[in-house]
Amino acid sequence: MTMPNTQPRRSQSRKLDWGIVNTIARRDLAMLLRSKGVLLPIIVLPLLLQVAMPAAIGLLTPSMNAAQEMQDLQRFLTMMPEQMKRQFATYNEAQTLVVFMLVYMFAPLFLILPMMTASVIAAGSFAGEKERKTLEPLLYTPATDTELMLGKVLSAWIPAIVVGSVGFLIYSIVVNLASWETMQHVFFPTAMWGVLIVWLAPAAAALGLGTIVLVSSKVSTFQDASQLGSTVVLPVILLVVGQAAGVLYLSPGLVFAIGLVLWAVDAVVFWFAVKTFRRTEIIARL
Amino acid sequence: MQYDAEIIQTRSLSRRFGDTTAVDALTLDIYRGEVFGFLGHNGAGKTTTVRLLNGILGPTAGSCRVLGLDPVSEGSALRRQTGVLTESPSLEERLTAREILFLYGRMYGVDPDRLVARVTVLLGEFGLEDRADEVAGSYSKGMRQRLALARTLIHNPSVLFLDEPTAGLDPVGQRDVHELVVQLSQESGRTIFLCTHDLVEAQKLCHRVAVMQRGQLVAMGTPEGLAQELQQGVHLEITTDACPPNDALVGLPVITDSSDRLSAFSWDESTHTAGVWLSTREAIPSLVAALVTAGIHIYRVTPVEPTLEDVYFAINDRSTGDHAKHPTP
Repeated sequence: MTMPNTQPRRSQSRKLDWGIVNTIARRDLAMLLRSKGVLLPIIVLPLLLQVAMPAAIGLLTPSMNAAQEMQDLQRFLTMMPEQMKRQFATYNEAQTLVVFMLVYMFAPLFLILPMMTASVIAAGSFAGEKERKTLEPLLYTPATDTELMLGKVLSAWIPAIVVGSVGFLIYSIVVNLASWETMQHVFFPTAMWGVLIVWLAPAAAALGLGTIVLVSSKVSTFQDASQLGSTVVLPVILLVVGQAAGVLYLSPGLVFAIGLVLWAVDAVVFWFAVKTFRRTEIIARL
Repeated sequence: MQYDAEIIQTRSLSRRFGDTTAVDALTLDIYRGEVFGFLGHNGAGKTTTVRLLNGILGPTAGSCRVLGLDPVSEGSALRRQTGVLTESPSLEERLTAREILFLYGRMYGVDPDRLVARVTVLLGEFGLEDRADEVAGSYSKGMRQRLALARTLIHNPSVLFLDEPTAGLDPVGQRDVHELVVQLSQESGRTIFLCTHDLVEAQKLCHRVAVMQRGQLVAMGTPEGLAQELQQGVHLEITTDACPPNDALVGLPVITDSSDRLSAFSWDESTHTAGVWLSTREAIPSLVAALVTAGIHIYRVTPVEPTLEDVYFAINDRSTGDHAKHPTP
């Protein structure tokens, strides 16, 4: 007996079916929105970073001894670029404190939000599904490996961008309201934050996501993926430390440059992720 | 049954995981409309074979074709035409039954205009319509299995892979699944690849079976054919008024084993039933005549057909060298 029809009728590398990508993304999003374990950190972290902390700083500054705090800040201010020095020269001591904290020191912290959101969702979507054993039926569908990965990546990246954007809007309202007594005018958002939200935050989210996709091929549980993926916030901590140490100050240009580097890193990470995301490898570990 | 087209073909198909060989040089042909039983203990290589045949796992050696397609290079096109019921239902527990069916319908490319009707029909057929809008996590085990089956059928696949479809179900649930398999196999030449270690289920449902052991195919054929192959002779149960004398066996083709244990009648006092092995059915009238001549009153003579279970254990015993547990002459 002979084997029939050895000519492939249809290649595995067929044209990308965005309908399938969309369906996978919607499936994962629907499951995400019904999972308290995933939703909780996504809600709690913004409340802490975007509401509680800036509100506390804005509201407490008038009652603080700004002159005393300024002595500590003076060292940072002398190291700032000329353009930023000119900006701060228009502020009194309390205003300088508010702007320094809420505009500059919070900027890198804000990046944690889209990054962690993407990481948590992706850990649930990739490693979590392995753990819950809901991935196998999906692997038996006609979706190609690329469609599967794209669907899952979008289901984590889009919420991360939404959380980041909504968080930014809330942050803008909170800092202006909480600091109104000190600032007496709307001082936020700034151009640097504009670049940060539009350019750097999506790149940071993609980095958190790509890292999880990479580690998920090696681990089998949500917890393992989350732990390994959390190392991705290290560059953000370096930015915070860099600013606190007076080594660097986030200007629109610098934020754009960091974003450029991050997008390049993302491209490399996703190149490896696409290479490693193979259903034949995934199923062998189920 | 008439076999007109090979739907599944494997040639020396092998898959290794490190030092372990999960599937070892598997060669088989499965035909259109056939219900093919794939038997074996846990870890025999059944699930790995299903994965290989659907292109979600690559072979380390050999080849296979399903519906004329190569699962490795044409997996996506192939999976549009196959449906796989995994060993555990693996449902999206936070989604409702209706959502799950719509979701997989879209994934399999079911015509959107037909999908609503298809989902409604399946929910009805599987008795899920009353709870179609409740999340699957709230379902009983039987309902989950029914939903998983409905999901597998959403795109009306030509080849259906059922991996332990009745595992953990109560008898009513098992009967429902059995009836469904029969119904599905009768629909438009659908081929069913049934992985199971339930031998009664396999005997009841399958046209042919293959027995896997540690990744190797150790037997293949119809349940009856395998029984004949393995069991040379016929086992008789004779209900009488007294234990028949062994003299009645003189001159008859009685099967004996090395211990000569089977050259005599066995006797069960509680049921007044004698047992004996003859090498051919043609010897039965001579035996009955000899017993009558010996003054034995015979109430019933029953040739005991071997079950698939007998065959399965015989294969197992043969391969492990343990002939004492289940003697098969």
